[in-house]
Amino acid sequence: MVSGGILAGIVVVAILGPLISPHDYLQTNFDALLQRPTLSGARLFGTDDLGRDLFVRAMLGVQVTIVVAIVASIVSLVIGVAYGAIAGYVGGRVDAVMMRFVDTLYALPFIFFVILLMVAFERNFLLIFVAIGAINWLDMARIVRGQTLSLREREFVEAARLTGVSTLRIIFRHIAPNLLGVVIVYVTLTIPQAILVESFLSFLGLGIQEPQTSLGGLVDAGVNQMEGASWMLLIPAGLLAIVLLCFNFLGDAMRDVFDARNPR
Amino acid sequence: MSLLELDGLTIRYGDTDVVRDLSFGVDNGESVGLVGESGSGKTQTALAILGLLPANATVAGSIRIDGTELLGASEKALNSVRARHVAMVFQDPMQALNPFTQIGQQVGRILIQHKLASAAEARARVIRMFERVGLPDPARQFHAYPHQLSGGMRQRAMIASALIAEPKLLIADEPTTALDVTVQAQILELLADIRRDTALLLITHDLGIVAGHCERMLILADGRLIERGATREVFARPQHEHTARLLAAAPRLDRTDIPTGPRGDTVLAISGAEVIYADRGQESLQAVRGVDLTVRSGETVAIVGESGSGKSSLVRAALGLVPMHAGRVVFCGTALAGRVQHRKKAVRRGLQLVFQDPAGSLNPQMRVASIVAEPLVVHEPAVDAETRQERVIAMLEKVGLGTDYVHRYPHELSGGQAQRVAIARALILRPKVLVCDEAVAALDGTVREQILALLREVQAEAALAIIFITHDLSVVRAISHRVLVMYLGSLVELADNAELFANARHPYTQALLQAVPVPDPEHAGGKAILAGEVPSALRPPDGCAFHPRCPFARDICSAERPPPRKIDGATVACHFAEDLSGA
Amino acid sequence: MLRYALLRLLGAIPTLLLVIVLAFLMVHAAPGGPFDAERALPAEIEANIAAAYHLDEPLYQQFVRYLKGLVQGDLGPSYRYRDHTVSELIATAFPLSLKLGAMAMLLALIVGVAAGSLAALRRNTLSDRVLMMLAMTGISIPVFVIAPVLVLFLAVRLQWLPAGWSGNEGAARFLLPVIALALPQIAYIARLTRASMIDVLASDFVRTARAQGLGTAAIVRYHALKPAMLPVLSYLGPAIAAILTGSVVVEEIFGIPGLGQFFVRGALNRDYTLVLGIVIFYATLVVLLNLVVDILYGAIDPRIRRR
Repeated sequence: MVSGGILAGIVVVAILGPLISPHDYLQTNFDALLQRPTLSGARLFGTDDLGRDLFVRAMLGVQVTIVVAIVASIVSLVIGVAYGAIAGYVGGRVDAVMMRFVDTLYALPFIFFVILLMVAFERNFLLIFVAIGAINWLDMARIVRGQTLSLREREFVEAARLTGVSTLRIIFRHIAPNLLGVVIVYVTLTIPQAILVESFLSFLGLGIQEPQTSLGGLVDAGVNQMEGASWMLLIPAGLLAIVLLCFNFLGDAMRDVFDARNPR
Repeated sequence: MSLLELDGLTIRYGDTDVVRDLSFGVDNGESVGLVGESGSGKTQTALAILGLLPANATVAGSIRIDGTELLGASEKALNSVRARHVAMVFQDPMQALNPFTQIGQQVGRILIQHKLASAAEARARVIRMFERVGLPDPARQFHAYPHQLSGGMRQRAMIASALIAEPKLLIADEPTTALDVTVQAQILELLADIRRDTALLLITHDLGIVAGHCERMLILADGRLIERGATREVFARPQHEHTARLLAAAPRLDRTDIPTGPRGDTVLAISGAEVIYADRGQESLQAVRGVDLTVRSGETVAIVGESGSGKSSLVRAALGLVPMHAGRVVFCGTALAGRVQHRKKAVRRGLQLVFQDPAGSLNPQMRVASIVAEPLVVHEPAVDAETRQERVIAMLEKVGLGTDYVHRYPHELSGGQAQRVAIARALILRPKVLVCDEAVAALDGTVREQILALLREVQAEAALAIIFITHDLSVVRAISHRVLVMYLGSLVELADNAELFANARHPYTQALLQAVPVPDPEHAGGKAILAGEVPSALRPPDGCAFHPRCPFARDICSAERPPPRKIDGATVACHFAEDLSGA
Repeated sequence: MLRYALLRLLGAIPTLLLVIVLAFLMVHAAPGGPFDAERALPAEIEANIAAAYHLDEPLYQQFVRYLKGLVQGDLGPSYRYRDHTVSELIATAFPLSLKLGAMAMLLALIVGVAAGSLAALRRNTLSDRVLMMLAMTGISIPVFVIAPVLVLFLAVRLQWLPAGWSGNEGAARFLLPVIALALPQIAYIARLTRASMIDVLASDFVRTARAQGLGTAAIVRYHALKPAMLPVLSYLGPAIAAILTGSVVVEEIFGIPGLGQFFVRGALNRDYTLVLGIVIFYATLVVLLNLVVDILYGAIDPRIRRR
């Protein structure tokens, strides 16, 4: 609950902050390089090594990070649910082949392929979404498949089949509503995963490109200025940690609620 | 001074008392039955004696073993009592034994832990104990993992673990509920045998077991002790009306009010049914091996058998839920397609099913009204919502549920109520055949009686044909006109209810009937006539599948599979049926 | 048992082939050649370079050539480190990364399992809550945040530990990188261990063991530990991949000349053969280690062994 509130607060500030602030994220100011954060002044988070306002840049970073994470989670949701539901509902040999494929992919250090992809192609947002989504759909597919499989064997589905309820109606009336809970929980848990991957890529300089930025990119810049300007590291690092922590807590809390409702 | 003394025991979770002010004692060498329906607090009492209740339970009163107070005793003091003074046998040995450790190690660990033996001595003592509880080849079984044993063997290992430290009191919590009836008889015999050295507190819902095995009995209801006394005395003259109700609902094979309603034409005929499951790697499992069965309108046919008998597979294949390898199904004169999805709508509404687990058979996300209405929505889409609602309510009332239940979700229903909803859903299309797959197995005695009465009632009203699958012979006796007995996928015997119970012709049927505990201390049943357990259906014996366990088996039995033969109106698959009738 | 292991080994071959094809195609489907970005070269020289690296051949021929080399352990020449083959670079850099990774893994397992078991046994007490709060923080903070923050406070500010790699000797220089690499895994393993230990402790067979008078220590040792470790064991595969990923960052931050650093440099320099080689090497490593985990799993769980 608390983590949800904090998240909402961060998002609101991240959207409104740059609009209100007199600075923008591109504007360099060589008279104000590496200024310390001040609570009273106009530079709440100080400035970076190019004299850009760190508050605005950090808020932009939060925006980009969360947008990338949510879109990537939706990508993984769509692929994962469709793949898992088909494998689980069709079952038999189709299921075996489909899941063997997932197992194979599971065994790969996927992130290296993403890096390879990033190296080989021009980096753009779309590619990042797809790449991150492509990593995270595996978990979703496995969970949805497992749930579907067990739902399909449940007696109320069998009763519906016997009576002559159509497959479509079975899927929408009997299977989907019972999948919803677990899907929501795992989407919440996928978002921090996606944030991790995105910020990892940006940290390595393989993700979002300058002058656009994300929290990972800001941490990277902070590491380079660590000894002289520790705020450049600590502020984006702290923000990233808080956002991740909040999503993880939220996901955990939702899983507890879900588990309590479904003791099986 | 008694061996075990309970004084004013109260167990509370939150503000709910699950056991209230319970006092009783057990003397050395005595056998006491603790009886009650589910939720009566009998298992909680057992766990409290051993100090095994979860941390959120509040316990008050007094529990003494040989005068030593156990309530509030330290974990260390409790550990010196456990196994050495009081030991426990749990209900489901598959769950209660560690699947990752060899059974010999698990039992031996107790001796080592209590410093009763060194590791080397422990092994020898465990093997001796395995021998005593009837585990064959004990030196080899020492290294077996639980999943490698049959259900009965697992429970023997469990009993060995309880006896290894020579306790003065053995608590057995529903020790045979997870087992087949012929194996149950063996395990109960074993418990009776070891009783020479130890007192027994036997917890059970089955009055037949108490009648046969306990000198005294205690009856719990809603956490209170409502009656106690010598077993004969309680059975003869119950003081409390609840006791009388329990006794009346006790499963018995000698009831005389068996169904006799009029029977009409054949509505469903299954012939030559074979079901093979081939999905277990290379091995294929033949679950049903050529069975014929017909059911007439207004008639109930019970299918009875132990685990692996193929009774469920036969019916599910007839319903088109699992593929039938060979054979045909004729419904009201027309041959049916194999798979349910290829069958005509009129056929599908004519064949309905009620499952064992009432909770699992209702969609947890739907309200009772939508659950019961769904078949109507599918089959009579023209009916407007109002009429549909009226029909749903009328149906719910017919199964004994009022309008209060319309908006409930399944988790807000008791087991009996949920089963009524499932029956309402099955009956709303006015089917010709209703299949009940262990439909009362998950219910307590009194609720079971009510559901069986409901089924008889709706049958009489609509000339419904019912196929009732069960492992419980007392249910067979109560509900059926005719009975099909199955063993390892084959027909063993098919006869009228009265005929089967009075004059069983097949040795398996006879043994099955003998194995059922009788709720009458004067005529104890529960005799273990058969040795061993049902073999794996993956490797059924040659010839007559029953021959390895049959006391009358001769050479021909292992060579030739006996075909079903008609003998005086019954159908029996035994080479020697004529000689053995009434044996 | 041996047959099971061999079968799994055979099963890994298609996976590896898939990896190689995928990685190879990705690199070669890339727009533009490896030598584009720099100054424009005369056409003649470009053709010479292309010929030298067989870039003028059709794709399938290049692939067959690459595969042939691969079988003999030859991953081709590096585009940037012109005097070295990719195999040489891996052989030089990997031992250090392996040392780092193995130490981090060991640390993560020991601390994670201990903390998780403790939390499970003290369920709902203060120590459980504190441990789980820490673990939650641990899984939420990425390696590339932990590492520089550790450096900033422990090395730069307090000067307790050496910050960099070069110019320092002895075991101390391993300390920070290993801790940074292990922390998220410690947290994850602790959470996993706690959850599975709680499950196992609530199981019927543990209740049986309690009824037999076994104390907590004996129950954990003889009954609970093995089954509670199964989820941790299945997590080892992903953990190995995560540590590999983390090592890329850690080596970059601490300036450790391991394989991860080569990988990042290669990625940023568009050194295709090097990146391709390392990806294939990593993938093979992970697939093989997963295989070992699988076989271990079979050795622990008797219900699987019988297959």
